[in-house]
Amino acid sequence: MLVYGFINSVILALIALGFSITFGISRVANFSHGGFYILGGVLTWCFLMKLGLPYFLAAGLAILIVGLIGLLMYKVLLVRLRGLELSEVITTFSVGIVILELLRSLGIMGFEYRTPVFIDESVEIFGVGLGIQRIIIVGAGAVLLVALHIFVHHTRIGLAFRGVAQEEHTSLSVGINPDRISMLSLALGSMICALAAVLILPLGVISVDEGYDILIKALAVCIIGGLESTLGVLVASFIIGYIEAFTSMYISSSLISVVPLASMLAILLIRPSGLFGKSKEIEERV
Amino acid sequence: MAYLKIENLTKTFGGVVAVNKVSFSVGQGTLLGIIGPNGSGKTTTVNLITGFLRPDSGKVIFKDRDITGLRASKITNLGIGRTFQMVKPFYRLPAFKNLVVPLFSPRVKKMGGHFGEKDSLALDILEDIGFERDSSVPYKPASILPHGYLKRLEMARVIALQSDLIVFDELYSGLTLAEVASISPMIEKLIAEGKTIIMVEHRLKELFKIAHKVMVLDQGTKIAEGSPRDIMKQPSVKKAYLGVEL
Amino acid sequence: MIIQRRRERIDRPIKAVTDDIFCLSSIREISYLVIPRILPIVGILLLAFLVPPYWKKVMVITFIMAMMALSWDFMASCGLTSLGQALFFALGAYSTGAINHYLGLPPYLSIPAGTLVGALLSTGCIFPALRLRGIYFSMVTLIIPLMLMRVIETTGILGGTEGTRGLTPLPGITLTMAVSMAALWASFFCLRRLINSDYGLIFLALKDNDRAVEASGLTILWFKVQAIFIGSAICSFCGAFMTHYYMSVGMSAFALDLSVFPMAASVVGGMGTLAGPLLGAVILGPLSEALRSFGSFRIVIYAALLGAFVAALPEGLFHYLARKYQQIERWVEAPSGISED
Repeated sequence: MLVYGFINSVILALIALGFSITFGISRVANFSHGGFYILGGVLTWCFLMKLGLPYFLAAGLAILIVGLIGLLMYKVLLVRLRGLELSEVITTFSVGIVILELLRSLGIMGFEYRTPVFIDESVEIFGVGLGIQRIIIVGAGAVLLVALHIFVHHTRIGLAFRGVAQEEHTSLSVGINPDRISMLSLALGSMICALAAVLILPLGVISVDEGYDILIKALAVCIIGGLESTLGVLVASFIIGYIEAFTSMYISSSLISVVPLASMLAILLIRPSGLFGKSKEIEERV
Repeated sequence: MAYLKIENLTKTFGGVVAVNKVSFSVGQGTLLGIIGPNGSGKTTTVNLITGFLRPDSGKVIFKDRDITGLRASKITNLGIGRTFQMVKPFYRLPAFKNLVVPLFSPRVKKMGGHFGEKDSLALDILEDIGFERDSSVPYKPASILPHGYLKRLEMARVIALQSDLIVFDELYSGLTLAEVASISPMIEKLIAEGKTIIMVEHRLKELFKIAHKVMVLDQGTKIAEGSPRDIMKQPSVKKAYLGVEL
Repeated sequence: MIIQRRRERIDRPIKAVTDDIFCLSSIREISYLVIPRILPIVGILLLAFLVPPYWKKVMVITFIMAMMALSWDFMASCGLTSLGQALFFALGAYSTGAINHYLGLPPYLSIPAGTLVGALLSTGCIFPALRLRGIYFSMVTLIIPLMLMRVIETTGILGGTEGTRGLTPLPGITLTMAVSMAALWASFFCLRRLINSDYGLIFLALKDNDRAVEASGLTILWFKVQAIFIGSAICSFCGAFMTHYYMSVGMSAFALDLSVFPMAASVVGGMGTLAGPLLGAVILGPLSEALRSFGSFRIVIYAALLGAFVAALPEGLFHYLARKYQQIERWVEAPSGISED
């Protein structure tokens, strides 16, 4: 069970990372996260099956396109709404719904729609048989984290990201254009989301309903961990990942989907800023 | 007995001690100024006293009653009124309707002393604090009011509540000298009426003209307390504000 | 000195005249004021009773959805933006279904009872979240219905995925429609009364600055509870009504449709006024019926409209039309080069 829990946690972390980055930098809660995820998977499938492109290319292209859509979404819609948090949420939410329901009405359902695993073999670790796909997921997750860390801490754009994340007005006065940075952060977040989709979807079937689930999971992890902290995201995904694995093995597998929801509710009631969150404002009791 | 007594008030935010065992007392009918550099915990102290934050430890005693940890609306109804540093009126409502809201509080109902319809009461209060009555300004949505008027609106709220202890959080910030000069007499009038006032301020010159006693906070700790003149002579205060001893 | 042109908006003369005047001296002025208010009411009345039966059914659904939109807009005006209006609907629906099924009460008793129970349950569910601000509150409203759905699905209580069927139907389509329209007008005018009254100010103030309301000696938690109760009562009524209309209740009571439509109708029609959501519902309602054959595509349309309007015309149609009605826009010359002071 430990192993499953670990893998589950990494999966959750990957899913949540895109959302966390977008929110951490531009304060935009991208509620179309689920939509982008499924879109990433569907595009990959399309390129793979219909156009016969090699896997790498199909995935890469899909990720880029989703990133582009994220960027466009910012440029066209969100840039007019900066600062009006609720309007941003409603807009991104509606974009997500448009994507998901559009895909649903186009009939993306059923066994036909699945992206294949990268390598179709298994390996034994700690006495548990694991598909290579899962190992790849963990590996990719680690690589991604390292890459992000380097990017954020050691490049100029990364520095700009951190500046905008911490204080938008000051960044303005130093010559950083927060709109552009927010746009890029949205693109980056969406691309990571699509990458997660490419990695994880081969484990199952592409289903539109899962899109909403993805959003919930990302929200749960980010809220529990604290919306502005990457460390929080990691810790939270491990906590939820293990609780889910535990529930599925010992209690009942159909209750898995309740776990992230219930934990999110619990945290919001006890400590709304999350385990590692830093928002003083939320602590106020009004 | 002191009107308001604060004992060892402490509040920590995730590792940063914002308010560190602060104790002081305020006598009835006096004006206490709270000053200190930015980040010294002044607004946090105000929030702790008025119930918008719960202290980690310490006590707030008002009129011999322990009010620590009560909710803000309850504390308001017991007689402590406050203004906010970031002034945000009820934008969509006309200016005078902004005042009708506090007139609904249980305190106002209990204290009576207000006769007549809420609307005309609100207009009376506005006139008292400087809105010209015959103009249409009180009827316009509060979103169009300039800063000076917004501050007066904040003051009007505590007047409407007939609070016994008023806490002004940076009331003078953003006001011109003329505006400050027109508001100060109103504060002195409140003192003359027997109210007790605490003023958190950055504008020391104007504050020292009317304060009876001043307390200095630095990084969450009280470093000095006394009359305005004595305070400014203390080296620790100068160091806190200027970073170096003069 | 460069002469530049700027856009100027001033009130129409007739609006200025009719604004503050007690004695209206001409038919023209009276009609300026009265027509926009009477026309929709009369229009809807006539429309409702004169159309053929198929469209009467559409009317019922439109009226119900209009009520949902009204309640969403009301709650949003109090600062409580809910992304899961379906929760209140479903709680009312399931309550009525249970009351009818297990207690055997007829519709004219089970619907009011279900509404009340639904409102109480809804307030109870949302209560813990009321301390949260802004988007955190909205997130919880998104989560709770989904959680409830899963729980019902897995534990199979209240009929599980199948739901309860075979409940008492409502008498006749015209009567049904009349009742739903009456409920709509009742909600509309009651909400209107509330918001325009002094007491209603407190609710509006909650949105602008809730700390100031608390600092005015009013316990905002209590007022938020009241706002939720009123809003959810309206939605629960909708749920209760529809349960008997369809003679069954099931997972479809939690449909995403029910959460998105009120938002879309309010944003398209114009938030903040009550006429706006009504307008939005009247436009989107029949539209959605016409698109029924497209299945899920319907939600795509609402959501797309929602997104487009939020970004492009955030004030909504009602405000836009009202502005055009009340103000003239024109280009005016403005000499530039005036010193900034």
